[in-house]
Amino acid sequence: MNGLVLGGTYALLGIGLTLIFGLMNLVNFAHGELYTLGAYATFAALAVGGLNFFAAVAAAIVVGAAAGALCERVLLRPLRGESIDTTMLVMIGLWIALQNAELLVWGGVAKSIPHPFPTEPIVLGPVGIAPLRLFVVVTALALIAAAWLLIQRTPLGCAMRATFQDRETAALMGVKIGRIHTATFAFGSALAAAAGALLGPIFLAYPSMGDLASLKAFSVVILGGLGNLPGATLGGLLLGIAEELGAGYVSSGYRDAVGFVIIILVLLFRPSGLFARSERIG
Amino acid sequence: MATLAVQDLAVEFGGVTALAGVSFEVRPGTITSLIGPNGAGKTTAFNAITGYLRARRGRVTLDGRPLTGLRPCDIAERGVVRTFQKTSVFPALSVRDNVLIGLHLRGRSGLLGILAGRRAVAEEEARLAGDAQGLIAFVGLEHRRGELAGALPYGEQRLVEVAVALAARPRLLLLDEPAAGMTGGEKDGLIALVRRVREQGVTVFLVEHDMRLVMGISETVIVLNHGRVIAEGPPAAIQAHPDVIRAYLGSARA
Amino acid sequence: MNRALAGLGALALLTLPLWLASPYHLHVVIMAGIFTILALSLNLLLGYTGQLSLGHAAFFGIGAYTSSLLALKLEWSFWLGLPAAAALAGLAGWAIGRLALKLRGAYFVLVTISFAGVISLVSVNWMELTNGPLGLPGVPAPELPGLSLRTKPAYYYLVLLAAAGAYLVCRRLVRSRVGRAFLALRENEALAESVGVDPTRTLVTAAVVSAALAGVAGSLYAHYTRFVSPEVFLFSYTVTMVIMVVAGGKGTLAGPVVGAVLFTVLPEALREAMAWQWQMLAYGVLLVLLVFFLPRGIVPTLTGWRR
Repeated sequence: MNGLVLGGTYALLGIGLTLIFGLMNLVNFAHGELYTLGAYATFAALAVGGLNFFAAVAAAIVVGAAAGALCERVLLRPLRGESIDTTMLVMIGLWIALQNAELLVWGGVAKSIPHPFPTEPIVLGPVGIAPLRLFVVVTALALIAAAWLLIQRTPLGCAMRATFQDRETAALMGVKIGRIHTATFAFGSALAAAAGALLGPIFLAYPSMGDLASLKAFSVVILGGLGNLPGATLGGLLLGIAEELGAGYVSSGYRDAVGFVIIILVLLFRPSGLFARSERIG
Repeated sequence: MATLAVQDLAVEFGGVTALAGVSFEVRPGTITSLIGPNGAGKTTAFNAITGYLRARRGRVTLDGRPLTGLRPCDIAERGVVRTFQKTSVFPALSVRDNVLIGLHLRGRSGLLGILAGRRAVAEEEARLAGDAQGLIAFVGLEHRRGELAGALPYGEQRLVEVAVALAARPRLLLLDEPAAGMTGGEKDGLIALVRRVREQGVTVFLVEHDMRLVMGISETVIVLNHGRVIAEGPPAAIQAHPDVIRAYLGSARA
Repeated sequence: MNRALAGLGALALLTLPLWLASPYHLHVVIMAGIFTILALSLNLLLGYTGQLSLGHAAFFGIGAYTSSLLALKLEWSFWLGLPAAAALAGLAGWAIGRLALKLRGAYFVLVTISFAGVISLVSVNWMELTNGPLGLPGVPAPELPGLSLRTKPAYYYLVLLAAAGAYLVCRRLVRSRVGRAFLALRENEALAESVGVDPTRTLVTAAVVSAALAGVAGSLYAHYTRFVSPEVFLFSYTVTMVIMVVAGGKGTLAGPVVGAVLFTVLPEALREAMAWQWQMLAYGVLLVLLVFFLPRGIVPTLTGWRR
């Protein structure tokens, strides 16, 4: 059951990243930092802003989207034509800067994010689950569904898919690539922030929480295939469950290694991802 | 001198058949051209022959030894070198360094020898430098020796490409649209260069759109259309061939 | 003019402990030397073959742990431990190189990060071997017959020798047929293949040499601080290395040296003025600024001005 909690949030992270990585060909090393930002924004909204829990989570998502949009306009737009190495370096710089800024603002001690749920587990058949975790699962799944809807049904989503498949044709058809990029980055960042806002209350909020989140997100993207939304969803859920099972059987210190090992194995044997349709590579 | 034999070569991309099973031969010591309307599959054929594309079926052999399934670097070792349709040089390196890389297979120094600073390595470097000098002169670029390849005008970059390809001492040289974008004068220079290359004993196989150039320089012309060979023979026969004329009807004739 | 400057510089380096005697300053210089080796090693991959490895700290750490464990548990001399460290790190580099068979760009970066992550987790969790987070104290200092290299001036000369050696290795490699193959892969892989450059073999060679050099740096580090812990795998080391190479000038030989010296001396100089979080924050901002304003790095920009 815990696997679903983690899995849902990993899926959120993965969907955001696969869109950014796939559509913009950008290795977004700062993705984890948006996750951290989401957690801290929730904390700030609760502690400083005095909002109720649900509003705080919503606020965190909005903050994530805004931060993402800002990043894209200021940092990435000017570098549009550059090689992937250059953009990688910029994102790494952003990653370090953000993390240490958070360290300075909030200090290194982990912050606990208060939530309004009771602590006795709700019993659902053979399993018991804490209400908070249930909330997380439900919200995560809802957000995932919303993301799917956005991509599949709305004009924006359609434009995004078109840009992903064939950038030049999309541009010729009148799609404003710049806006799509900003929207994609903002959307991906919002999802990452959502993941942080959701997991923050379960675990604690500390500045380096984003590092592992980044790695997990990349694992999910690689598992599911670049730009592959259903793949990322499934991949995220799989990773969460695999980690829970792994921690049970192998020593829990190695649980984070699951993500790393997945990356290495998948890239070794099936670089296009487990769920990608097999294509002839030229 | 090398015979390139292509048998039933077929290439597909995601359901689209780019080559539907072509067979032809390039005889040693000749200048052979591959022509056809756009989309006929010419560059695909080149890519499949030189290992950049995986063929669905078919065989490619050089003097009877198979090339199918080998990686491009291995095919180069067998003596088959190609140029690219889009200008391909090593842009941030000097012309001299470009050609030196082309001479990669002419050297044998390995990691350990280099690190140990063995004399054989230094001697080889001197020899390669001399070879590079000769090649640069052969294509007529001495005055550009130290300049960055990426900064050269288009026509001269194409000459760098030829020098790099020749440096690999091919027995069979595949030129992919070498005259594209060249002025009339540059094309004449190219024709002379190709003839000089053939005099050195290299078999030349080229893809081109410029019909005047193709008919003027080739001994054999192979015509592709829709991924199939529709004609093969000397230039005069091809120019009069009804299927060829039909294939080109509607497309501009050079 | 250049010769005279070089000669003067060499003289200064050779006599350094005489005119820079304070232990603190020597410490900074020794660290600068170790990082020079690291930066040169990363430069082989990043600057010459064009592949970014963000797992370089793994090779550094493998070198450090190998050398330390051999000295502590098997009582090997440092002079055997150092080559062993280089060999094991080189082996790891070989593994990464083979993995890169099909991977380029971002995927290669991810594999290197994952590799470093796995190694790091192993070092934290494999208590019997590495003593986990507590680390291994008491790593012995190198010894020559009759002379212990425990003192800072003595260790300085050791590091100077190693750094000079690393520079020589890189220089020889870069100006050779193999070095040209590196550049060819970076500039135009398809073209390189068409004239017979084997991308797999070339990348593996680069990875092995690069990793082995990093392993040497690791061993030197371990026997200098005489303590090794999973902290050597800290991502901040990798980040620092990357900044050194990128700021100094990737794809040049002098660039990493300049970068290493600059980014070892600078943090020390600023240590009183600001906490390390501010420093890392500055690094992040600096990296972004570098990409925008000084994309080729310091050395190429300076040599560009001179023309």
